[in-house]
Amino acid sequence: MRGVHDRGGLPDDTPINREEHELMDWERRVDAMHAVLGSKGLRSTDQMRRVIESIPKDEYEQMTYYERWAFALETLVTENELLSTAEIDKKMAELMSE
Amino acid sequence: MSNEQQVNHGDHDSESEIQPSYYASRAKAIEALLVQKGVMTTNEINSEVNAMDSKSPADGAKIVALAWLDDSFKTKLLANASEALEEIGYKLPDETPYLKVVENSEDIHHVVVCTLCSCYPRMLLGRPPDWYKSLAYRSRVVVSPREVMEEFGLRLSDDIEVRVLDSTADLRYMVIPRRPLGTDGFDQESLAALVTRDSMIGVSDPLSAHF
Repeated sequence: MRGVHDRGGLPDDTPINREEHELMDWERRVDAMHAVLGSKGLRSTDQMRRVIESIPKDEYEQMTYYERWAFALETLVTENELLSTAEIDKKMAELMSE
Repeated sequence: MSNEQQVNHGDHDSESEIQPSYYASRAKAIEALLVQKGVMTTNEINSEVNAMDSKSPADGAKIVALAWLDDSFKTKLLANASEALEEIGYKLPDETPYLKVVENSEDIHHVVVCTLCSCYPRMLLGRPPDWYKSLAYRSRVVVSPREVMEEFGLRLSDDIEVRVLDSTADLRYMVIPRRPLGTDGFDQESLAALVTRDSMIGVSDPLSAHF
């Protein structure tokens, strides 16, 4: 079965949207955190692919590129038990109430 | 997958963000915790951000310009890109995926995609543009490359063979576009100024020498 990420040749008549957005700070930092984890042997490209490629189709198609990366980051750091989901929930609530 | 906040972006190909999304806040929390627990430092993250910010298509353009000027360099570059680059002082990071450089000619035109995601020669061109990562580009360019290139303003004559190269996590491609006419006597810098990012992906030609 074709994976959700495997787009080559899928019927699509959408024109290519050539508009480019300046990356936002959080997008740059998600990109960088993946790289730093990689340099420490705490994450590999293959692990990241496995997470992104198993996102359900509807969500995959709605998420932006770096949302998929952020999702992969969270999945990998919780799988590796570097962080727990509960901790991330708590920290996020703290940061948002600041 | 969290469903707490599914933002509907409407046009799913658009990578643009309107407001701090759920994922942005999530990422901020993860960063704070990774730093707090000593998994990584803010400096390490910052220097990685700066390292990627400092890479741009200007690096690839210089290399293309040199290949146009120096046949023996071009031959080596096409045969073994990482060795050829090392000889001119471009040491690619050890974890860099295999890099393959291909050349467009009057008979063959190459265009690069990553149908599975976004694999791209970041070490030479910086981060990939939004459209390169879009679902439309990834699905369409392998079946209708000429139509897609026309959307970028490139109309190729029918007798030119089009080769679409699909990148992977382990193999990245960069295109040496055709050298523009009227550039005899140009030095590396003036040639590099004509080499656009999109021409090194293969969706357009370099700038013309007379603009």
